[in-house]
Amino acid sequence: MKRLPHLLALVAVFVFAGFPFYWMVSSSFKQQADLLASPPVWLFHPTWANYFAIFADQKVVDGVYNSLIVAVSTTVLAVVLGTPAAYALARFEFRGKADLWFWFISNRMISPIVLALPIYLLAQKVGLLDTHLVLILVYLTFNLPIVVWICTDQFRSIPDELGQAARLESATQWQVFRLIYLPLALPGVAVSAIFSFIFSWNELLYALVLTRRDVQTAPVIATSFMSGYELPWGKIMATGTVIVLPVTIFALLVSRHMIRGLTMGATK
Amino acid sequence: MAARKKSLAHSTWTPFWFLAPAVIALLGIGIYPTIFALITSLRRYNITRTRDGFPFVGLDNYVAVVNDGTFSAALLRTAGFFMTVMPIELVLGLLIALALNKPGWPVMRTIARVSLVVPLATTYAVVGLLGRLIFNRDFGVANAFLGWAGIAPLDWLGSPSGAFAAIATMDIWQWTPFCALIFLSGLSMVPPEIEEAARLETSRFFTVLRYVQLPYLLPGLTAMLILRSADILKLFDMVFTMTRGGPGTATELISIYIQRVGFRVFDMGTASAQAIILLVFTIILSRLYIKLLYREVEA
Repeated sequence: MKRLPHLLALVAVFVFAGFPFYWMVSSSFKQQADLLASPPVWLFHPTWANYFAIFADQKVVDGVYNSLIVAVSTTVLAVVLGTPAAYALARFEFRGKADLWFWFISNRMISPIVLALPIYLLAQKVGLLDTHLVLILVYLTFNLPIVVWICTDQFRSIPDELGQAARLESATQWQVFRLIYLPLALPGVAVSAIFSFIFSWNELLYALVLTRRDVQTAPVIATSFMSGYELPWGKIMATGTVIVLPVTIFALLVSRHMIRGLTMGATK
Repeated sequence: MAARKKSLAHSTWTPFWFLAPAVIALLGIGIYPTIFALITSLRRYNITRTRDGFPFVGLDNYVAVVNDGTFSAALLRTAGFFMTVMPIELVLGLLIALALNKPGWPVMRTIARVSLVVPLATTYAVVGLLGRLIFNRDFGVANAFLGWAGIAPLDWLGSPSGAFAAIATMDIWQWTPFCALIFLSGLSMVPPEIEEAARLETSRFFTVLRYVQLPYLLPGLTAMLILRSADILKLFDMVFTMTRGGPGTATELISIYIQRVGFRVFDMGTASAQAIILLVFTIILSRLYIKLLYREVEA
């Protein structure tokens, strides 16, 4: 490949990856007439009207709020439960360790519909349907494995000697973990927390099935606009932009780790 | 090594306390519901007909699922979807990775590489909503592109093959970057001196690709094939918001199909049996993944 075709190829990659995103954002600034124009208009007078409309709509505001509560809580819980487990997997030898580690990883592949059916029935029995709690707990099924995997890797990279020195000073195992290893592993913990947040924020199937009215998350609300004859495309795209923008920023922050996160570390 | 591990003495119970919270949580929200699904799958369990209770019917649901053509049709459709998108994602991904790996244009290369993260992070449900706008028959931009090429507009989402092509296109947009980034990390592991030596020997692009770069691409390729199979078995959000599985059942992939049986027909017994069958496929895939990709750990 010569220099100019190479540049064109790179520009093409950028356009390919960015176009749908651009189309969503630009549509969110269009008036209904421009949205329904055929052929589509590329130059138009931008308007904030769609954003005013969705932020005046209690449903959308509540949806974003619910998403935020669920994603933050499940992430915190995943980190609290996951980091000690990762530490044990990284630093101790015990029987069944490999199997346990693989079990954590296999959770990554299970289709949500497999768990959505029984969890719906169980949550209905105990009155947990349409609560934040049920989503927070269910999302642990994919967040906990992510946290465990990334943090195990991070704890492994910290030299043994630090812990040994502290043990000689008669620190307890928990102190060694809490005061020495956890602070050193913070970069990995942060990356895993960001992944956990992204996956929870983006989730639709569980949220659709397990919520009714009170705790519908933002993706459910965006989907709920999809009924009726004339669809409010401006509002739909504005809501989409509000949903996608924060996770895109987070994803750019962890872009170096994206593939590790998506493959559970099989390729780096 | 052994001596060093010993000096970090811990009682047999220490790892247990560190692991217990996470393991108990996953047992409670993962394994217990799975067992519940297994039990439900052995019952007649339609939640709109509660009058006769939910009697055990043995393997009747499984027999019904296996004999019912619609389940295998949904599985075949899912396999067809995989066979459609996977080759395109692999080829496009490899081309993108090669362009990103080639020296020159450092700033543009970085911009292009970073932009690949955007599709991967986009909320799947929003990808589907966006797909409905892009592939709209009357004012969608897809038909405008066709118009530039002199092709008459298509009723994408209104026709079975059009809708299938539309969801495939959105999937290709979202997941080609995944393949590209994995291939790129493979390419970046080729030792530069070996690649340079090879390029002195031959000027043929394919020879270098085949004999020098390919060995570094293979582990990533295995990972992609397995993970994408698992992801397509999981695929729900994007298709649900875009087509709801329609028109007819043209885009009803397996997860959409089971969701319809469970939550729109309310036949939980049958849906659970289908979900358990799907789970078995997933377990096979994940065993395969672990066997092929974490070999050094298992040794």
